[in-house]
Amino acid sequence: MTETYDTAALPDRMTQFVPHAAALGMELVSIGKGVGVMRSAWREELVGDPETGVIAGGVVTALIDHTCGLAVNSANETPMPIATLDLRIDYLRPAKPRSGVTAEATCYRLTRSIGFVRAQAWDDDPSDPLATAQATFMLNPRG
Amino acid sequence: MSEDANPTGVVDTFLQGVPYARFLGMRVEVAGDEMTAILPFAQHLIGNPMLPALHGGVLGAFMEMTALAQLSLAQPLRRVPKTIDITVEYLRSAGPKDTYARAILRKVGRRVANVQVEAWQDSRAKPVAGMTGHFLLRNEEPS
Repeated sequence: MTETYDTAALPDRMTQFVPHAAALGMELVSIGKGVGVMRSAWREELVGDPETGVIAGGVVTALIDHTCGLAVNSANETPMPIATLDLRIDYLRPAKPRSGVTAEATCYRLTRSIGFVRAQAWDDDPSDPLATAQATFMLNPRG
Repeated sequence: MSEDANPTGVVDTFLQGVPYARFLGMRVEVAGDEMTAILPFAQHLIGNPMLPALHGGVLGAFMEMTALAQLSLAQPLRRVPKTIDITVEYLRSAGPKDTYARAILRKVGRRVANVQVEAWQDSRAKPVAGMTGHFLLRNEEPS
């Protein structure tokens, strides 16, 4: 868990202070050193397939990107701005109709300039993911 | 919709049918078979309020929707394809302004399409992000 870097400020910093995270209704579920879990609840306006009421792939993309950022931020002992370099997402299956999405990201390697992250997302069972992802982030120590 | 329907109308009908596309606020302009997707700036798209910059997930979602819109233009009678995977490359910070995107259908096979999208703001020669994705094509009958 947290050692030298206090992650207490991260929940606010990663949710209501970020307009798009707030717009998607993202909530922080849990946070540890290098690991973060966030979720977005289902809402009518976030639907991608009106025939089925399944949440849009774009919401999953944004939630995963954001949760990966949280994992990097929580792994990093000094808070600093980060930027996504690349993000690959495999959509394993559609979410269940009218279901929200939860994403868990792990920053499994952090260098002075890069964070390497793996993530997955699910609707109700973490062992039955609907998407998996791999991302790299650049750290900007100078802000 | 008749075959000689206005192509902008074909894609707009597709986009207006997707609640999440309305949530993002994106629209398209079509000239012949060339389509430009437009994401007007809005406050709720911000991911970094300090810079400020658009959320990385917004760009990913916008480019994914652009790919789906281009596919719907090429194959108006088919069901909306399913995203198999996307790889997003972030090239520059995207500022608080309108963003544009164009998609290239690199290969449309019988079952899978490979689509490449580039997004830019001030200058098309300076893209803010790129995306390559694979999409599962579906026939009229529900899967």
